[in-house]
Amino acid sequence: MSNTESAVVIGGSHAAVQLVISLRQNGWEGSISIISDEPHLPYHRPPLSKAYLAGDISEDQLALRASTAYEKLDVSFKLGLTVVAIDTENRQLQLDSGETVHFSKLALCTGARARPLAIAGADLQAVHYLRTMDDVKGIQQSAASAKSAVIIGGGYIGLETAASLTKLGVAVTVLETESRLLQRVASETTSEFYLRLHQEQGVRVKLNTQASAILGETSVTGVSCGDKHIIDADMVIIGIGVIPNTELAKDAGLAVDNGILVNEFAQTSHADIVAAGDCTNHPNALLGRTLRLESVPNATEQAKTAAASLCGIEKPYSELPWFWSDQYDVKLQIAGINQGYTDVAIRGDKTSRSFTVFYLNNSKILAADCINRPKDFMLAKKLILQNKSIDTTVLADETAELKTLITEQ
Amino acid sequence: MPVINYIEADGTEYSVNVAEGVSLMQGALDNMIDGIIAECGGCCVCCTCHCMIDPAWSDAAGSAAADEAEMLEMVDNTEETSRLACQVKVTSAMEGMVVRLPESQY
Repeated sequence: MSNTESAVVIGGSHAAVQLVISLRQNGWEGSISIISDEPHLPYHRPPLSKAYLAGDISEDQLALRASTAYEKLDVSFKLGLTVVAIDTENRQLQLDSGETVHFSKLALCTGARARPLAIAGADLQAVHYLRTMDDVKGIQQSAASAKSAVIIGGGYIGLETAASLTKLGVAVTVLETESRLLQRVASETTSEFYLRLHQEQGVRVKLNTQASAILGETSVTGVSCGDKHIIDADMVIIGIGVIPNTELAKDAGLAVDNGILVNEFAQTSHADIVAAGDCTNHPNALLGRTLRLESVPNATEQAKTAAASLCGIEKPYSELPWFWSDQYDVKLQIAGINQGYTDVAIRGDKTSRSFTVFYLNNSKILAADCINRPKDFMLAKKLILQNKSIDTTVLADETAELKTLITEQ
Repeated sequence: MPVINYIEADGTEYSVNVAEGVSLMQGALDNMIDGIIAECGGCCVCCTCHCMIDPAWSDAAGSAAADEAEMLEMVDNTEETSRLACQVKVTSAMEGMVVRLPESQY
């Protein structure tokens, strides 16, 4: 490793920050820079829809690392600049400012963007997406004068936003095209719990309802749901999923398929280019398949692997995915991925505010939704990794300790 | 700005300034102290910022809330003064505090 080499990271994300720290820890002596199209130093994204939107924490508290940390690491930033092309042959990046940047090694931490909703009125004032700090500043500005909001999409982002706006005193209606909330990602029991939770907090939830147009002259006045059904609203938030930012990689000739394709070492199809985080489609040996994740733990752990690869160290990435969601006073922790489940087992009273839904296939636990059950979450992770058939009656029996199912330490 | 002394399991010591109101977790991250992983970034959901407060400062650090205590119960190598570093905000009473880090966060 020579100190004349340059490592460049595209994207100012969780993955990017971990990657540059891990580069130094692995002995990278060359220069390191991060190019981000956002004007801010990298920040924590999960609190955006939760504590930051609700006003519980400040912009300063969102910073992933203090600016002094980057000085110690000797990492430089180019903020508010977009990379428009990667020239892999000449190892050069073209920026929208006209500037070019040379790289010896390149890391793509480009993340994902909010999926746009193509209906009339989606470009009106007070129509927002929620992905960046500036998005949330816009939402807060609208919320300051809004009495009512419509949220299009009953997934985790939509529901967290509903909880935060309710806390700010805005009357919220959530529109979901499917027959239940969280349909794509959770069991019926989990969906029913969140429906009840939000209704108890005064949120109106309209299932089987598709927004057909956002109404208004310059700013929002309401949302039309077809057949003359109109919901009045002063603001709209669209949360219908994300699209991985892969265009730059694709245009550079890298392999892309629902994410930038990487191997277990986070290497792309180009020897000196790695990728990490939400933008990647990666193999996971624990799950026995490839997948794309929207997840902070995935971003940071995969970034450690990517940094190791750039330093010539093999550190295969294979972690159990996990997620969390905070809504009102309810903390949900999700261990594993439930895809392919055939049965569920419920531990605790599903009408209460504390229970766990285990997702099973062939008496093996694939995943668990732990609602205000931190202990179950910690044990569920171990039980999933154990990957053995278990006595599933224990799961639903609160008098039986989950710990007894763990056979290995 | 109070000085916090972090000691890794291998004995490596870091004496760093951490501003009041900032968590012990963030103080460790800002100074590239390896023993704190902080997968969730400080939301009290992952249990990878476990630390042991030196008993001399345990009053200053206060006690764990219910969810934090439940998470800690599931960690193997805890001690009486174990906390999740994300839940301990630095105050002036913590000047000189000694915080030991476990060998592993998993």
